[in-house]
Amino acid sequence: MNRRIWASLSLIGVVAMLLTACGPTPTPQEVKVTVPVPVEVTRVITPAPTAPVGPYEHLARAKAGEFAGTKVTIFGVYTGEDANRFSAALVPFEQATGIDVEFEGSADFETLIIVRAEAGNPPDIAQFSQPGLVKKFAEDGKLVPLDTFMNMDQLKKDYIQSWLDLATFNGHLYGIFYRAATKSIVWYPTPQFQEAGYAIPKTWDELVALMDKMVANGHTPWCIPAEHGGGTGWVITDWVEDVLLRTAPPEIYDQWVKHEIPFNHPEIEEAMGYVAQIMFNEKYVYGGRQGILTTFVGQTAELFPTETEGPRCWMMKQAGWIPAFFPEGKKAGVDASFFYFPPIEEKYGKPVLGGGDPIGMFNDRPEVRAVMEYLATPEGAEVWVKTGGFISPNRSVPLEWYTNEMDRLQGEILKNADVFRFDASDMMPPEVGTGTFWKGMVDWLAGRKDTKTVLQEIEASWPK
Amino acid sequence: MDITYRRAIWQWGGSLLLTVVAFFVLRWCFQFIRNDESPRLLAALVALAVGVLGIWLVYWLSNQWISSIPFTSLREALTPLVFIAPAFLLLGTYLLYPALNTIYISFFDARSKNFVGLANYRFVFTDSDVHIAFRNNAMWMVIVTSVAVSAGLLIAVLVNRIRLESIAKSFIFLPMAISAVGASVIWRFVYAWQPPGRPQIGLLNAVVTALGGDPVAWYLYPPWNNLALMAIMIWMVTGFCMTIFSAAVKNVPDELVEAARIDGAKEFQVFFYVTIPYIRGVIITVSTTVLIMVLKVFDIVYVMTRGHYDTQVIANRMYLEMYRFAHFGRGSALAVLLFLAIVPAMIVNLRNLRRVETER
Repeated sequence: MNRRIWASLSLIGVVAMLLTACGPTPTPQEVKVTVPVPVEVTRVITPAPTAPVGPYEHLARAKAGEFAGTKVTIFGVYTGEDANRFSAALVPFEQATGIDVEFEGSADFETLIIVRAEAGNPPDIAQFSQPGLVKKFAEDGKLVPLDTFMNMDQLKKDYIQSWLDLATFNGHLYGIFYRAATKSIVWYPTPQFQEAGYAIPKTWDELVALMDKMVANGHTPWCIPAEHGGGTGWVITDWVEDVLLRTAPPEIYDQWVKHEIPFNHPEIEEAMGYVAQIMFNEKYVYGGRQGILTTFVGQTAELFPTETEGPRCWMMKQAGWIPAFFPEGKKAGVDASFFYFPPIEEKYGKPVLGGGDPIGMFNDRPEVRAVMEYLATPEGAEVWVKTGGFISPNRSVPLEWYTNEMDRLQGEILKNADVFRFDASDMMPPEVGTGTFWKGMVDWLAGRKDTKTVLQEIEASWPK
Repeated sequence: MDITYRRAIWQWGGSLLLTVVAFFVLRWCFQFIRNDESPRLLAALVALAVGVLGIWLVYWLSNQWISSIPFTSLREALTPLVFIAPAFLLLGTYLLYPALNTIYISFFDARSKNFVGLANYRFVFTDSDVHIAFRNNAMWMVIVTSVAVSAGLLIAVLVNRIRLESIAKSFIFLPMAISAVGASVIWRFVYAWQPPGRPQIGLLNAVVTALGGDPVAWYLYPPWNNLALMAIMIWMVTGFCMTIFSAAVKNVPDELVEAARIDGAKEFQVFFYVTIPYIRGVIITVSTTVLIMVLKVFDIVYVMTRGHYDTQVIANRMYLEMYRFAHFGRGSALAVLLFLAIVPAMIVNLRNLRRVETER
């Protein structure tokens, strides 16, 4: 009898051990980034000023050493090289304040942040890739309104109103845009382009003429790699949005985003017509529509010549981050450069479609406030701007900081834009923006549904 | 009399004191584990100690309390309940409560705030993408289960006769050791597509072009792309079926087979009239287990197509609703339907298990 009790007790013990062993392990998908700080980065670090000054209260107090020894966690979408560079941009802050800022990035950020916020275990700061989630958490009351403690006058000086508006919900500011991107650019292999005698198109007609000239030369004009796992579809929605800004007034675009006009408004159908003119033409696109749907977004090798052949395609419309995916040894500005995606109807000027990464705050502690303020200053972007591959929406970031031509040119395009609009699919409700809109475009391109049907289905899916 | 009386008091007092001490110690330990500041390794060790010793302590203490009850009948009635309670608590917290809560929030809106009645179910039954998911799940259920189970059985019977049995079985079992995500990544390479005239890096298209055909984008075109995805699951599950069938086939008494042969039965007759009836219970168990695995299919679709091109399945759609669209109501409604679909398979499985056990 006694022995049986002991046996059952030890069995219980083993089960308990198994249970607890399952307990405290960290979420497996999160990738912890160790930061090898590049040597050149440490050189640009300016020593902390001895007397705490500056427009932001908590940042000044932090620099005076008030919060030394505390820890702030940031969770976000930056992974790989981006994560290293973001962490490097935080190093001057850590050195000046003694606050330990820990960044974790995950490709599954958008899933994990919902889980963590719902479980009551959010990071101090979240680095988002679009305003949609900021809106959700702001409305759920999980994010801290930034206008309660930040110097709004300074913010208004540093950022144009549209960036602030994008992160303002119910009259409060919930996010700071840390990184900007322009999507209205077309990459091309510079030396080969010149050799072949191709001129950079300034208008849509010139673009079409250029494409036909390429086809006549036996070249394939476009590579449109769009396969991105569950994200497949956004490359095509970007095309539609970029064209829409060129064929319709920006007000239509805004109304379309807010669903004040139906999703299948005739203007949208017209924009898709322009996109189809390129994408549905097997001669214009490398691999045709199958190529678009099965080639990974970051596949850029076809744009460059190999030892045996020239470029397999001559243009790729993709945002400013694409050089990170260039093959080994190919450099932006040398092997490939970009031109502005030409306007279609003259009266709508030079519109720019872009995106940006907002940063929001979940936990309100003074040291967290200091980090938020640091990231809102030009100083917070300095290291990354100087290492390259980064465009700051902060107006006070001097253009000289950009060490490469590519970044500066994008900064200029952003500055010279007649109209700047945020990626529409990122602003729509997620069940449309990342759901039916993506899926609809994929179905449309796969030839399963015609333009009218697809637009109608997306319209029907809009949450009431 | 006096002595037993005093002992009872000591026992009571001791138990009471120990219970209070145990409560505070355990509470402190939980706070220590939960605290983000405490060192990870130490927290893990404390968790381990609490898990083993703490549970033991709880059982020991409750045993103390129970055994101090003077009425024998009450004591004997309570003892099993006390010992079974923790298991029920765990099951309740991690299984029953989430299940009931899922059903509950399936009647609420996206953020689980307002009651919406059957609206989520109405959506689920009218949305065309979900219809495709239902259709695909049914297809997966029929095709994967039947192919995997029959292939597993066939291989088990065949390899039973050869000398290199264990090596052959190892190779077929190997995919089982790979995670579904890993397997899907491998198959992505098998199905990879390059434009005609380019070197094909995908195995299947390399074969197709070598034979003079045009490369095919395998997972782009319905309904065949569904079969391409099912092939992955079949590849993974067949090994599992084979292993269990192999053990069952070896269990068929030689006397029975010999007797059938003497009576003039041919190989096929032995297989269909002796082996299969003898291992019927195992076949039902394996089939229902595979069926449940198939109904829950998620990772393969998530990695390969994430439901584009008419390859949607219920679990993937549920994931999209929960985590991409943050619509907890619809996600839960889909979860409930998936649960309802699995229940019959589970009942058959359990019944069969019970029958096999009573037969023993």
